[in-house]
Amino acid sequence: MSIPSDLKYTKSHEWARLEADGTVTVGITHHAQELLGDMVYVENPAVGRQLAAGEECAVVESVKAASDVYAPLAGEVVAANEAVADSPEAINQDAYAAWMFKLKPANPADVASLLDAAAYGALVESEAH
Amino acid sequence: MLIFELSRPGRKNPSQAPAAPAEANDIPAHLLRRDKPLLPEVSEMDAVRHYTRLSQKNFSIDTHFYPLGSCTMKYNPRGSHQMAMLPQFLARHPLAPEATGQGVLACFHELQEMLKDVTGMAGVSLTPMAGAQGEFAGVAMIRAYHASRGDAARTEMLVPDAAHGTNPASAVMGGFTVREIPTDRDGNVDLAALKTAVGPQTAGLMLTNPSTLGVFEKNIQAMQQIVHEAGGLLYYDGANLNAILGRVRPGDMGFDVIHVNLHKTFSTPHGGGGPGSGPVGVSERLLPFLPVPVVTLDAGRYRLVTEHDLPQTIGRLSAFMGNTGILLRAYAYARTLGGEGMRRVADFATLNANYLMAELQKAGFDIAFPQRRASHEFIVTLKSLKDKTGVSAMDVAKRLLDKGFHAPTTYFPMLVPECLLIEPTETESKQTLDAFVAALKEILEEALATPELVKSAPHTMPVRRLDDVKAARELDLTWKA
Repeated sequence: MSIPSDLKYTKSHEWARLEADGTVTVGITHHAQELLGDMVYVENPAVGRQLAAGEECAVVESVKAASDVYAPLAGEVVAANEAVADSPEAINQDAYAAWMFKLKPANPADVASLLDAAAYGALVESEAH
Repeated sequence: MLIFELSRPGRKNPSQAPAAPAEANDIPAHLLRRDKPLLPEVSEMDAVRHYTRLSQKNFSIDTHFYPLGSCTMKYNPRGSHQMAMLPQFLARHPLAPEATGQGVLACFHELQEMLKDVTGMAGVSLTPMAGAQGEFAGVAMIRAYHASRGDAARTEMLVPDAAHGTNPASAVMGGFTVREIPTDRDGNVDLAALKTAVGPQTAGLMLTNPSTLGVFEKNIQAMQQIVHEAGGLLYYDGANLNAILGRVRPGDMGFDVIHVNLHKTFSTPHGGGGPGSGPVGVSERLLPFLPVPVVTLDAGRYRLVTEHDLPQTIGRLSAFMGNTGILLRAYAYARTLGGEGMRRVADFATLNANYLMAELQKAGFDIAFPQRRASHEFIVTLKSLKDKTGVSAMDVAKRLLDKGFHAPTTYFPMLVPECLLIEPTETESKQTLDAFVAALKEILEEALATPELVKSAPHTMPVRRLDDVKAARELDLTWKA
């Protein structure tokens, strides 16, 4: 199972990375794309949109299902990855390279409250039947 | 082959009959089209053969066991259809006076009464023309109820994650924001999470019961109390009514709204994109908001209740009485079954599901909730098979086609990995169920011995494995010569 230790995670299977410029890059985890299967469509939030923590803000659609993606923390969308919207399969190829959008967090300290790799690994383990 | 590929210039439907001269010469020239429409030019014989051949390539409930969970693909008696097709019904015009339509209005009124009886609700409107429209009507009534009390703060609809996917969609269509409630280990709604979620912002809770996990909620009473005490209303998604028909009534459980899918439970085929019918039932406090028209019996005469009688109604959902053909079929079916027959439907839908679940468990399959009794459907998870052999739920589903069975629902609900959702319905015999178990057992053996055989299935169908990813990514529905 691929859960990089330098990233933060949510219970709803997003990953987040605090960048040097203070923004937070967001995508869905390797585990999430594995559950969903072949991606066929990605809809990102508009740049400039203000998001509350946990707000539904993007959609990933696979051959199995459409799933909401939630904002890991509150903030403003400062970039959306158009390359991923054009080639959704990039998420299947490498979920951690295929980022979806970047946030400017309302409160940078919020990042610390997200799950670390160990806690996320335990969550995935506990969800497996 | 597409019918367009059979097309030959100038070939006409009545090939042998002489062409009649065009008679519509009173249409102004500027309204006449100059070019022929791009339609296939084939003879009647070509068209008959083409579509008959297509139908032979298909799986259908008339030819195959169709255990598509969450869809109730049961046999719909031809007799109900025959009754609905009586010429007196077919010839009735929806705008004809009530005085000349007392018979058909009587059927609708009795159907309303029977649905009230079987759901335990105080009133029923037959007009919604699909399950989702029934849901929309239900959600709109909840909204109208809170609005009528000046309670504008109730903007949030609670939806358990084991609900039908239409539930959150309907809530959003009704102007609510959706809050998801998780499921506990046993497949019930997580009561602790529900308790923390309710508040003055709660408009209601939409419950699919039995849920998409194929289990009956154990804590209905507690849920009912939590939501009602918070001032919210309770919505019952009755799409899985087959499991409880005549046995338990959502009205008795304290629910305020229910929609029923006549096209699942009451004798109309389902899954072809319609026509459907999703009547709504309501508790006493929602009666003023029912969608119109509703049929009432007034001093010995049947008549339509309209906006005039019911000023607070949420309005009309269809031009007339909904899909009347479906309503008449449901009426014929309900009258044929009676109370005893309805109870038998629920008994055998449940018995068949539990028998199949027990036999598949014996055959070596993992059941998602083995500690729970199945309702009318249950979930098999193939996760351990996938880990061991690489054979997925999709592969097993495709291989079932080779064995002469329509596949169960795959990868739904999302809560269970590599799952098959299986619903046998009450209309299948023990012999059919045994043959289905034998087929799945064979596939399990194949998966262990020759996984490639299963992974590359189907092998005997008109087409091999289709590229569904390509189809979704590069959808192209236009035929080009």
